[in-house]
Amino acid sequence: MNEEDENLKVREFTLSVLTEDKSGLLNLLTIIFTRRNLNISSLNVSNSEVRGVSRFTIVTQTSKDMVGKVVKQIRKLVDVLGAFVYEEDQIFYQEIALYKVPTQAFLEGNRIEDLVRNSGARILVIEKDHIIIEKTGHSNETHELYKKLEPFGLLEFVRSGRVAISKSKRKTEAYIKELEASESNKLSIKDF
Amino acid sequence: MNEMNTATLEFEKKISAKAAKISGSEALLLCLIAEGVDTIFGYPGGAIMPIYDALYKYKDRLTHILTRHEQGAVHAAQGMARVTGKVGVCFATSGPGATNLITGIADAQIDSTPLVCITGQVPSHLLGTDAFQETDVMGISMPITKWNYQVTKAEEIPFALARAFYIASTGRPGPVLIDITKDAQFAEFDFEYQKCERIRSYHPYPELSLDKLKEAAQIINDAKKPFILVGQGVQLSGAEQELIQFAEKTGIPMASTLLGLSAVPTNHPLYVGYLGMHGNYGPNIKTNECDVLIAIGMRFDDRVTGDLKLYARQAKVIHIEIDPSEIDKNVKATVAINTDAKAALKGLISMVDQGNHAAWIAEFHACDVIENDKVIQAETFPDSGEIKMAEVIRRISELTSGEAILVTDVGQHQMVANRYYKFQKTLSCITSGGLGTMGFALPAAMGAKTGRPDRTVIAVIGDGGFQMTIQELGTIRQSNIGVKILILNNNFLGMVRQWQQLFFEKRYSFTELDNPDFQLITQGYRIPTQKVSNREYLDKALEDWLSTDGPALLEVVVEQEENVFPMVPSGASVSDIRLE
Ligand SMILES: Cc1ncc(C[n+]2csc(CCOP(=O)(O)OP(=O)(O)O)c2C)c(N)n1
Repeated sequence: MNEEDENLKVREFTLSVLTEDKSGLLNLLTIIFTRRNLNISSLNVSNSEVRGVSRFTIVTQTSKDMVGKVVKQIRKLVDVLGAFVYEEDQIFYQEIALYKVPTQAFLEGNRIEDLVRNSGARILVIEKDHIIIEKTGHSNETHELYKKLEPFGLLEFVRSGRVAISKSKRKTEAYIKELEASESNKLSIKDF
Repeated sequence: MNEMNTATLEFEKKISAKAAKISGSEALLLCLIAEGVDTIFGYPGGAIMPIYDALYKYKDRLTHILTRHEQGAVHAAQGMARVTGKVGVCFATSGPGATNLITGIADAQIDSTPLVCITGQVPSHLLGTDAFQETDVMGISMPITKWNYQVTKAEEIPFALARAFYIASTGRPGPVLIDITKDAQFAEFDFEYQKCERIRSYHPYPELSLDKLKEAAQIINDAKKPFILVGQGVQLSGAEQELIQFAEKTGIPMASTLLGLSAVPTNHPLYVGYLGMHGNYGPNIKTNECDVLIAIGMRFDDRVTGDLKLYARQAKVIHIEIDPSEIDKNVKATVAINTDAKAALKGLISMVDQGNHAAWIAEFHACDVIENDKVIQAETFPDSGEIKMAEVIRRISELTSGEAILVTDVGQHQMVANRYYKFQKTLSCITSGGLGTMGFALPAAMGAKTGRPDRTVIAVIGDGGFQMTIQELGTIRQSNIGVKILILNNNFLGMVRQWQQLFFEKRYSFTELDNPDFQLITQGYRIPTQKVSNREYLDKALEDWLSTDGPALLEVVVEQEENVFPMVPSGASVSDIRLE
């Protein structure tokens, strides 16, 4: 594949966006996607390891060319501290899924308990009428368990957005210190 | 001590003294004064009344110009910002007042115009309740502002305003909207103001890379057919002198985008014309023949590039641009210099060799001869038939020695005016480029004249666009703003009609206008006015109009079904520019 084709091939990208903890940012971020008619397949917001700094984790299916343009427009937002794009091999990531099944299903043999144990899931809550199971993993894994639990009459299913941590050595704290010290806040015209 | 000094002192006391309890409204006005604002365009209403009340007290310090529609206020602020390089300011009330600003804000965003727009908002306890005249102006303006902020407490006003001015005016400029709830306008607090100089998440001036500069200089020194594209960034960064120095040292020809016009005097020997859809023949053709394209402060808009797949593919591209998101967005740069145009040019001037590209420039001039024979001569010096737009502009250009500020609306007259006006001074081409907003010119010209009362300001408007903001004649009269208004009346939405003729087999679907008597209307507004439809009287009419004291309107009846050429049909390659 030549470089141009490679840049236009649609695949999955994970964006990690550091922002000031302010209202309206979610809206500002999604506008950049909707403007270009791009779909966000997963989104998660949490605080980061630095006080007052939020981290958005956004998963989207698009081309490298497009994600490059999108991330630059994200960085342009005044309250965005930084935005990074990762491909699958550059991050560790997880999602969490919760499944609610009728307690009745457990009373009819060990099949569910085996299932839960063998798929690395765990039982969170046991109530009289339902049991809640939790599984952490990639979406194909949580989906697999979903398929297996389906015959028992799933009462409710929910899956979180992706959370991802990059394999890079960059420290957020240091990164923000650098921003704070940067001289790019004002114009300086050098004499040559 | 005169009155002014006392006032200044009093003001300084207020902004430095810790214990000066004042209302949010008054604080807002003090912030504006501290930022050097002297003029506000606006329109009052319920949710902004406390601010208007405070304005009454500051009448001698802040000039407020009451427009006839909020769109007029925002376009006027744009006009003022573009001729002065300072931040334009406008006021509007909540709900319909705020939504009436939207077109102008979008226009300022796409054309990089620094604005601070202040809107009143319903009291904070009513937010989100569909209160009277409540509109989610924050949500609506998010995609079209550089930054917006809602103030719900008076204490936030200094912070919000300081940021607003810093963000609007630095880096690639743009509009900021500050929405202030009515309770925050009333509430009193201890006012203190400090200008904003840094926001840790905002980096308007990326650091100049010496390596990139050297790389670019090398490419320029090796170039056989280099070509400079001048964008608005040159004027926004005040790099006109540096640009000319750079071009003169290297001997490289330069052409301008629509918004770049007037940065270089049109009679400069290295200036070869205007780019894009209705630009000059040579600059379009030669874009696809040059070996190095040096784009300065421009964003490769589709009206400049035509089909990107067929745009300058043969050339190495050096892109000098302050906004990183514009780099590689439309045209891939061989070398990107992501910084302020002036800073970059200063560096480049010292690194490039003295050069001369006379033979290459002669190729542009050969194109000029073709364009002149096929188009320009007949357009600017017709000897029979109806008056042509181009001859009117040619004459105005001569009468004003190219030294006026030309504010144009959108359509055929816009393209013709900017093709044929021979700009001599920078910051003189004011037009709605990116958004193409009909109705822009009349209010923008008011702002331009207010910002530069020393200069002749001419608004060139079509009979269609005139009727979009015609009510601003009232503002012009009331505030006695000496703009010279030219209506080029072809009784059509001319530009759309041209496309219908060329691409829709002459099906003139809803483009013919049954116009009112513009003379009567203008007289109704008590503005001197004349109409001319005969070539014989044109010169005299133009002279009278231009020499009128204060505002004056001239309506010129022009050929109805005239087409603007050359033209790069939309979606075609710049090489396929049509001369007829
Ligand atoms: C607000 C707005 N609505 C519609 C258009 C589409 N449009 C572009 S040019 C044009 C015709 C302008 O007619 P007129 O003002 O008479 O100028 P002319 O082209 O005849 O010189 C129209 C309708 C626009 N640019 N702006």
